[in-house]
Amino acid sequence: MNRRKFIQQSIATSTLISLGGLGFQSFNSKPNTTHITILHTNDVHSHIDPFGPEDSRNANKGGIARRASLIEFIRQENPNTILLDAGDIFQGTPYFNYYGGELEFKLMSKLKYDLATIGNHDFDNGIDGLYAQLPNADFEFVSANYDFRNTLLDSHVKPYKILNKSGIKIGIFGLGIKLKGLVDPVNFKETQYLDPVEIAQDITRILKQEHKCNIVICLSHLGYAYNNEPNKISDTKLATQTKDIDLIIGGHTHTFLPKPTIHKNIENRDVIINQVGCYGLYLGRIDFYFDTNKTKSTEGISITV
Amino acid sequence: MTFKYYFLIIAAVFSISSCKDSQPHLTQIKGYRIAITDSLKTDFEIDDFITPFREHINDDLNEVLAYAPETYSKDDGQLNSSLGNFMADAVYNRANPIFKSRTGNNIDMVILNHGSIRGVISKGDITKRTAYNVMPFENSLVVVALKKQQLDKLVTYLAKLKKAHPISKLKILIDDNYEVVKVTINNNKILADKIYYVCTNDFLYNGGDDMTFFQPNNGLYVLNYKVRNALIDTFTDQDTINSMVDDRFIQIK
Repeated sequence: MNRRKFIQQSIATSTLISLGGLGFQSFNSKPNTTHITILHTNDVHSHIDPFGPEDSRNANKGGIARRASLIEFIRQENPNTILLDAGDIFQGTPYFNYYGGELEFKLMSKLKYDLATIGNHDFDNGIDGLYAQLPNADFEFVSANYDFRNTLLDSHVKPYKILNKSGIKIGIFGLGIKLKGLVDPVNFKETQYLDPVEIAQDITRILKQEHKCNIVICLSHLGYAYNNEPNKISDTKLATQTKDIDLIIGGHTHTFLPKPTIHKNIENRDVIINQVGCYGLYLGRIDFYFDTNKTKSTEGISITV
Repeated sequence: MTFKYYFLIIAAVFSISSCKDSQPHLTQIKGYRIAITDSLKTDFEIDDFITPFREHINDDLNEVLAYAPETYSKDDGQLNSSLGNFMADAVYNRANPIFKSRTGNNIDMVILNHGSIRGVISKGDITKRTAYNVMPFENSLVVVALKKQQLDKLVTYLAKLKKAHPISKLKILIDDNYEVVKVTINNNKILADKIYYVCTNDFLYNGGDDMTFFQPNNGLYVLNYKVRNALIDTFTDQDTINSMVDDRFIQIK
């Protein structure tokens, strides 16, 4: 059993980056340290081109060709990098209207996305429309609380995947938002929505106990928080009502978190939530450092956001 | 400073405790976001891949169809807006001839939703891109046959929501308690036994935005005509468009 003592720190991100280069260098260069980098996007909504200089809100921001060079730079720095998307890949620019998601999936494949989950707008051309584009995706989809058994997507979407990077097992499962009232039933057809908390409890047990994953990540399209709808499930509620999730990567609410937030789970352990707004304006980055020294163990985890 | 302090504690724990467990131990997590700006390099292999798609779309979208003498938005009025009125009226004008030719009946009113208007019509040239910005969704028009009982629910929904959902041919007057004072369709009172043909989109017909009043109904007619195409066809037919906030849905103060 590994008893953990969590130590939290709050250093401004800018300080962190400059400090990170120096301060963590010593950590990095230790032969027994394994460094895993998780990169993520959400709600890109077909925003392939950058916003133009005349845009009133996001002038000269975003653009997948810039995101590509940034991701490549990070991969050079750390080959143990995983790239994830939390859904709503589709809908928002004419690229989707004209090509039905073909270009989005082809480009995400070129950027070497590992996994994505399914957002409500990914149903906008129906289950058939999503299914038709799957051959263009070299990455896979995870969703644990959509039961696709009576649909075309049956067996094409897994509840979770386990990725292995330099001996570190990373279990990633997907959660989607309730579709009724949000998506036309004609589009989601026989898809059954299952309770995200119950499903998360089952899946985390499988990932942590059975598969002994070192990191458990929930790729969620539930939304960050609903202050006016206290009974609605959200990432912040999911974090407090479950255990064994290390990181929730969120979407749906287009929440621009200036930095990841830290919450206490049902066992009073820390869960990190991050969401990077929408339209590919930001790339989220979470770094996990493991000590693989066989004779020593650590008692503390330092979380810096 | 604090970091170094904690680091020392961790280091101390390292040296004191020893463990037979050979599992890797999580020691550090750090997280932040990186802005995607023009200071980042463009990956030209990716950009070259996009180019043919971009050029095809731009050629199609940049063709000028009409002219807007002013900017029209969905938020320039309290209970009705210039853009919402334009859209609902355009839908009526384009869909009614289709419906009439197929059924012999006229559309009595139109209702769309405020949330699916995603942009503005800016002053100046109107292109096909304008229609995509205003209406990016693929929703199609349907006509639903409804009786007074369901229409009353529709009117109550609008009054309670106090939102400028686009409507055409329907007129609602509410008081300062948001109670309905007067309702007309085509300037006539709603009759108890008459069937009314309500034009909306498939998303709302299926209960989107909590519009539950379309079920049950007295018949459904699928027009296979996208809302956006109704806008594009309107722009194509008119040199200059005009719209304003009016008295179709107002509150007496």
